[in-house]
Amino acid sequence: MGDKKLFGLLLIPLLAFFAVAGREKQGGGVEKPEGMIRVPAGRLALFYDNSGEKEVTVESFYLDARAVTNAEFLVFVKANPEWSRSRVPKLFADTGYLKHWKSDFEIGNERIGDSPVTNVSWYAANAYSKWKGKRLPELTEWEYAADNPPVDDQRSLKEIILDWYSKPSPKELPQAGSAYTNRLGLKDMHGLIWEWVGDFNSVVMGSDSRSNTGIQRELFCASASFGAADREDYAAFMRYAFRGSLKGRYTVSNLGFRCAKDL
Amino acid sequence: MKTKTPSALPRVVFCLLLLFLAGCGPVEKGEENEPVGGYHEAILTHAPEVPPPTGYTTTQKVIVRMEVVEKVMRLADGVDYTFWTFGGKVPGQFVRVREGDMVEFYLDNHPDNKLPHNIDLHAVTGPGGGAEASMTAPGHTTQFTFKALNPGLYVYHCATAPVGMHIANGMYGLILVEPREGLPEVDKEFYIMQSEFYTKEDFGTPGVTSFDMQKALDENPDYVVFNGSVGANMGDQAMQVNVGETVRLYVGNIGPSLVSSFHVIGEIFDKVYVEGGTLVNENVQSTAIPAGGSAIIEFKCEVPGTLTVVDHSVFRAFNKGAIAQIHVNGEENVAVFTGKQKDAVYLPEGSAVQSITPAAEDKPVPERSFNERMELGKILYEGNCAACHQKNGQGLPGAFPPVAGSDYLMARTDKGAGIILFGLSGEIHVNGVAYDGIMPRMMLSDDEIANVLTYVRNTWGNQGDLVSAAEVAAVRAKGE
Repeated sequence: MGDKKLFGLLLIPLLAFFAVAGREKQGGGVEKPEGMIRVPAGRLALFYDNSGEKEVTVESFYLDARAVTNAEFLVFVKANPEWSRSRVPKLFADTGYLKHWKSDFEIGNERIGDSPVTNVSWYAANAYSKWKGKRLPELTEWEYAADNPPVDDQRSLKEIILDWYSKPSPKELPQAGSAYTNRLGLKDMHGLIWEWVGDFNSVVMGSDSRSNTGIQRELFCASASFGAADREDYAAFMRYAFRGSLKGRYTVSNLGFRCAKDL
Repeated sequence: MKTKTPSALPRVVFCLLLLFLAGCGPVEKGEENEPVGGYHEAILTHAPEVPPPTGYTTTQKVIVRMEVVEKVMRLADGVDYTFWTFGGKVPGQFVRVREGDMVEFYLDNHPDNKLPHNIDLHAVTGPGGGAEASMTAPGHTTQFTFKALNPGLYVYHCATAPVGMHIANGMYGLILVEPREGLPEVDKEFYIMQSEFYTKEDFGTPGVTSFDMQKALDENPDYVVFNGSVGANMGDQAMQVNVGETVRLYVGNIGPSLVSSFHVIGEIFDKVYVEGGTLVNENVQSTAIPAGGSAIIEFKCEVPGTLTVVDHSVFRAFNKGAIAQIHVNGEENVAVFTGKQKDAVYLPEGSAVQSITPAAEDKPVPERSFNERMELGKILYEGNCAACHQKNGQGLPGAFPPVAGSDYLMARTDKGAGIILFGLSGEIHVNGVAYDGIMPRMMLSDDEIANVLTYVRNTWGNQGDLVSAAEVAAVRAKGE
């Protein structure tokens, strides 16, 4: 953690520098993609230790600074009409897909153009990411990147999370980037929407379904064993429970995504 | 050997009988594959209403549909809370089925909700009580079916992680599985659910409040309530019965932490189905209901009046909201209860206390400054009055009138001295709300009463003036 903190502190001026300098060569010589943040490598304490592992190493990767917006997703749908509301196969998105839009190629509400796109299935989010030459972040990547304190909000991370849980969803989501910025420069990792991750559910990834069941069982019954005295863990429970309730074709009115990319 | 032969026959018969009885057991409890005689959608009711008896004699397929809604509602007067609900209210709807029924359960999670939810019905025989089978993302519906094998009154609740928070936010209710032969007929049935709320702000603080994890971990609730809010079944919302009627209460306690010492002031439970099961106890004053448990309570209302339903862990009742009312309407029955027949001064010989009228009466009455009376009055108020009228002077809705901003109190020519000196009963109107309770006379000296009144009439925005001991003495001298 100490290393991570130090790195984070160093990163802020670095980021500021890049913002001024524009596109800079980084790491293996790949250009830093626009609108993305380089998340440094590090270790993440696992919320679940079913496998017996307490920690995993997360390699450095790029992550979108904020969630994908309605306007951005509209560009994707126009370029890929098979992902429009009326043409998307039922297998890949349930009936709630983009239901907050006016029609196939029209958002119909200019106030939400820059708000995070929601009501998108995992398949749609995955297709968007590929179209962008990116991918969805892995669960460990997302959790690792999100586990950084805010720099522009007086509240602690856990307060931001629990405050968000305790309020009903607004009818129209605020703009992407409006919640808070964390130490890495990532916006709204909590407090605005839920986000899809690549391996939200092992069924999609095709791994052993029994381990999945094991996780779900612990979500229901063994909550006490997870040291609920730590309130941040408590909030994590809700994220894992939420992911556990999803299937790849599901759409939810406060579930969106952001993309990741390898270095 | 021969001597044993004759005794073998009865023994064989006995064994056969045992086998027969053993074989009968499961059949009586519910054949797993018995034919279904029909299907219908269950009638669901919000507390304190209870659906009518099932009334059918064959096994049915019963469709139950419940919607999860996260919404802001009243927790107490002036206090709102973000509840998570089954069916839009707290507690969730009452479900009534018959032993052996196949229950087809649909759980709808409203699309505007933020969180996944599910349901664990204690009436279910199966993993998680249906929790895994009913895990539902926002904007989705899940369905599972269970057979109601065991009769009894069961709690249901959300069991999505973190379970404690889902329960603490209001996700619970009761499901009754009637025994095959039904329950004995009664005149009135009510649904009462006790629960706790752990809020960021202290009890009664106006505004919108939300769940406080630390208080929950400490098992230290700000609110303990019946049917989801303070005063949910008080005053105009009280449960109504008539003299001579038999009443059955279906009482659940979800906690999430506290065990209820369930009691009805002014009644004795003729019957208690202990823990909501088959065992019946009789002539019970208070019955313990564990968190996640229930009780079925029956009594007959012989005399008119107001029965006060409380958790007899009594600070929860008078300071945290665990109080409800049953109004029994009808003619007096003096053969059972006479009402007050006598009120005389009691003078125990040799005791230091010679009279309820303080001995100080004969001494010169001390007079004090305004500030002194305010200071002493605060201590006296908090020791003698705050249990009912509350520390903030707001009282408890439906039970104890407010003294803060009370038009009734401020308008009295005796400045309220008569109320403290002689007590008060019968209907009064305070700020347009009717109260029909009893305030006992308080055993305080004129000096002390002057202190309390000065404090009450000049606190919480009340604009009064100094009340002198002489003024109180004058009211006392004038008499009731």
